[in-house]
Amino acid sequence: MSYQKSNISSNNFEQCIKCTICTVYCPVTAVNPEYPGPKQAGPDGERYRLKKPLFYDEALKYCLNCKRCEVACPSNVKIGDIIQLARIKHSKLRPGLRERILANTDFMGTLASTFAPVVNTTVKLKPVKKLMDWTLKIDSHRTFPKYASQRFTTWFKRHAEKSQAALPNQVTYFHGCYANYNYPQLGKDLVKILNAVGYGVQLMEKERCCGVAKISNNLIKQATRDAKRNLEEIRHSVAQQREVIATSTTCTFTIRDEYHHILGLENGDVREQVNLATRFLYRLVDEGKIKLAFRDDFRMKAAYHTPCHMEKLGWSIYSTSLMRMIPGLELLMLDSLCCGIAGTYGFKRENYKYSQAIGAPLFKQIADFGVDVVACDCETCKWQIEMSTGVKVENPISILAQALDVERTKALNNIK
Amino acid sequence: MKYETIIIGGGLSGLLSGIALARAGRKVAIISAGQSALHFSSGSFELIDSEDNPLAAIAQMPSTHPYQTIGLDAVKRYAEAVPALFAEAGVEVSGSVEKNHYRITPIGMAKSAWLTLGDYATLDNATTLPWRKVAIVNFDGYLDFYPKFLDNFFAKRGVDTVHHTLTLAEFEHLRESATEMRATNIARIMTGDLLSKIATELRGRIGDAEVVFMPAVFGMFDAEAVSALRSQVRVPLYFIPTMPASVPGVRTQIQLKNYFQKLGGVYLLGDNVCGGEIRDNKLISVRTANHGDMEFHADNFILASGSFFSHGLIASQEHIYEPIFGLDIVADQARSEWYNQDLYAHQPYMGYGVVTDERLRCRLAGKTVENLYAAGSVLANQNPIAEGTGGGVAITTALFVADQIINA
Ligand SMILES: Cc1cc2nc3c(=O)[nH]c(=O)nc-3n(C[C@H](O)[C@H](O)[C@H](O)COP(=O)(O)OP(=O)(O)OC[C@H]3O[C@@H](n4cnc5c(N)ncnc54)[C@H](O)[C@@H]3O)c2cc1C
Ligand code: SF4
Ligand code: SF4
Repeated sequence: MSYQKSNISSNNFEQCIKCTICTVYCPVTAVNPEYPGPKQAGPDGERYRLKKPLFYDEALKYCLNCKRCEVACPSNVKIGDIIQLARIKHSKLRPGLRERILANTDFMGTLASTFAPVVNTTVKLKPVKKLMDWTLKIDSHRTFPKYASQRFTTWFKRHAEKSQAALPNQVTYFHGCYANYNYPQLGKDLVKILNAVGYGVQLMEKERCCGVAKISNNLIKQATRDAKRNLEEIRHSVAQQREVIATSTTCTFTIRDEYHHILGLENGDVREQVNLATRFLYRLVDEGKIKLAFRDDFRMKAAYHTPCHMEKLGWSIYSTSLMRMIPGLELLMLDSLCCGIAGTYGFKRENYKYSQAIGAPLFKQIADFGVDVVACDCETCKWQIEMSTGVKVENPISILAQALDVERTKALNNIK
Repeated sequence: MKYETIIIGGGLSGLLSGIALARAGRKVAIISAGQSALHFSSGSFELIDSEDNPLAAIAQMPSTHPYQTIGLDAVKRYAEAVPALFAEAGVEVSGSVEKNHYRITPIGMAKSAWLTLGDYATLDNATTLPWRKVAIVNFDGYLDFYPKFLDNFFAKRGVDTVHHTLTLAEFEHLRESATEMRATNIARIMTGDLLSKIATELRGRIGDAEVVFMPAVFGMFDAEAVSALRSQVRVPLYFIPTMPASVPGVRTQIQLKNYFQKLGGVYLLGDNVCGGEIRDNKLISVRTANHGDMEFHADNFILASGSFFSHGLIASQEHIYEPIFGLDIVADQARSEWYNQDLYAHQPYMGYGVVTDERLRCRLAGKTVENLYAAGSVLANQNPIAEGTGGGVAITTALFVADQIINA
């Protein structure tokens, strides 16, 4: 009898036992009464939507796609995926200018980094913020991420590219929009560590945005186009025996899981070769293939924040285990809670208040801990936490790079 | 990844063995696919359903029962240690191994229990109560709590009841959807000012009632709401379990998990152990969905993956199996033997589970896997419902396997 096999959906929605555990852990349900919650928006609603699409509820737009519901579900129901797919299929809300602006992180980045000083000062000005609030409904309380005047890719071409090929091993770095336009230092930090342990860094010929912001703003066609292009690049890299690594949890998660689950693209052939930088490094250390040496004078007290997509990946142990190798670092663990930003979500005026309410318990714990730095592998969490707590946020890769004794590390790995 | 012990499943069993090992200074990781049966727990733990001395009743159980496997002395020793261990984690319980107490069920029955969370009233016997008049208080629109059944319970025992329904503006949005008016959703808003408001209402209404009963919708992430409310009402305030998910159950899970992490344990939630490498009768490593080819190595492993409900056992149309390793199990072959048409009759499937040796080590194809232990509801030859042994087996076997590893 094989009918049991054929009545199981890809998202396990018929496995739901209606226990409401998902709802316990949904950050939006906690603060926004208009949101129906994961059970209702996900498997419950899906039953109705399958019958008649008119049962679709536009309140599903409040879902952060954080996947914390999926992590908690005892029945392995892909609640977040069900909700995202329903939004794509049924939502009548058309992305407006604001959605396009927020979603096109790479296009905006190109523009903004070219005019960085102007953009950085203008988006800081009160009147400009008010104007954006009125016209675009981008909340005026929001601090905009700064744009760097020199992109990571430009720096790389000028200062790093030439020396890479000489190193014994090679990887491809998927820098993502953030490292490229907003915080090139993160990319530089990664290059510094990898080079010291004998890995040369290659960039893709034409990297596109991973597409997460386009997916969440319902720009599916554009997201699919970018995703296909990235997959081509990834396949090319894998064919050259180069694993692809990223410093952003969200880029990593999107390429590994959302390309297939949400965009329906086949990525199984390369999924395992797309990795988070800290996991890549941890594995090399664990397998004894590289050694890291740290500076004696490095001192830092940091608290680790687990971004939602890191929680879903289940990989925070790699970042924290790597950081625990640094002798001068005191590392505390924050409870795994959503910071509320969810990419572009918290930028929208109608979400701002919820975004801050979701993050409040986390912000309080950060304040209570009294640390120098919050460590976190996600760039949008960084904006949110820095804006809301005033505490500096660093990617674990940057912390490693600061603590690394480059000369000793090179010597340990026989790199000249 | 390398740990001294890896535990598969983060429910009551996995957490308690994890806590015991971490307390002994061991490097432990728990990998758990999703939240556990604790989220559905009444808030009472049962050792065995018995009027007399529970240990005497356990001594009479069949020789294949997990209690008999670990032995009466071990059951007693571990059971006695539990309240103090729970207290370390901030979980307050009352009860004793010497004698069961009674708790009040949501449908107005007195049911025997071994340990009960501080949220609930515990009764010395099933028939007489220490009160003459009690107040039963519910919230307008909340359907998962049944005052009528409780009325019955108290009337039978000669106790007067008064009823109150609180209508609170804060519930407005919850009332919009009947399916979302659930204990866990209510518990989320039960903080600060709302608690004071409820306390004020209660003080104004309870009159000469000696004690107040309310649905257990307070204190999901910690017990603060419970103590805050109690401190503002002059008579004792007790809760009655609601339909699941259970607010005190969720809290217990969170408190035990936090304590395990505080002891240095690593808790990986939302990941599925999908297989492992067994060589020369030893489990070398396990693979998980999230970690792919990064395998988890350990000296010892504990299988605490629960029963059918948690997918520790799977029933397909054709057969029943343990899905991770394909371990030897007790289960009838023919589907028709699995269950009894009469819901209240003995249900054979309840006794299915993995087979072990006398140290609770699992078996594969007839051979003992020397470093793979099993604990909790994944074990065969128990019937948590008929015997009233669910919590007791989960707890005592968990502490037993932890000791096997510590003393090895
Ligand atoms: C709905 C319900 C209500 C109950 N109420 C009570 C009660 O009120 N009082 C009482 O004494 N007993 C009760 N019981 C009995 C209960 O089984 C035990 O008390 C006890 O909670 C069992 O704990 P456990 O750790 O063995 O299993 P579980 O709590 O079932 O935990 C098993 C865990 O293993 C995880 N898991 C399974 N497979 C994998 C895998 N492949 N990889 C990773 N993780 C995996 C699951 O996700 C789950 O978290 C109840 C049981 C159920 C099902
Ligand atoms: S946690 Fe899973 S099984 Fe429970 S209601 Fe949510 S989707 Fe359904
Ligand atoms: S993905 Fe996050 S926001 Fe959306 S329903 Fe799940 S828990 Fe809630």
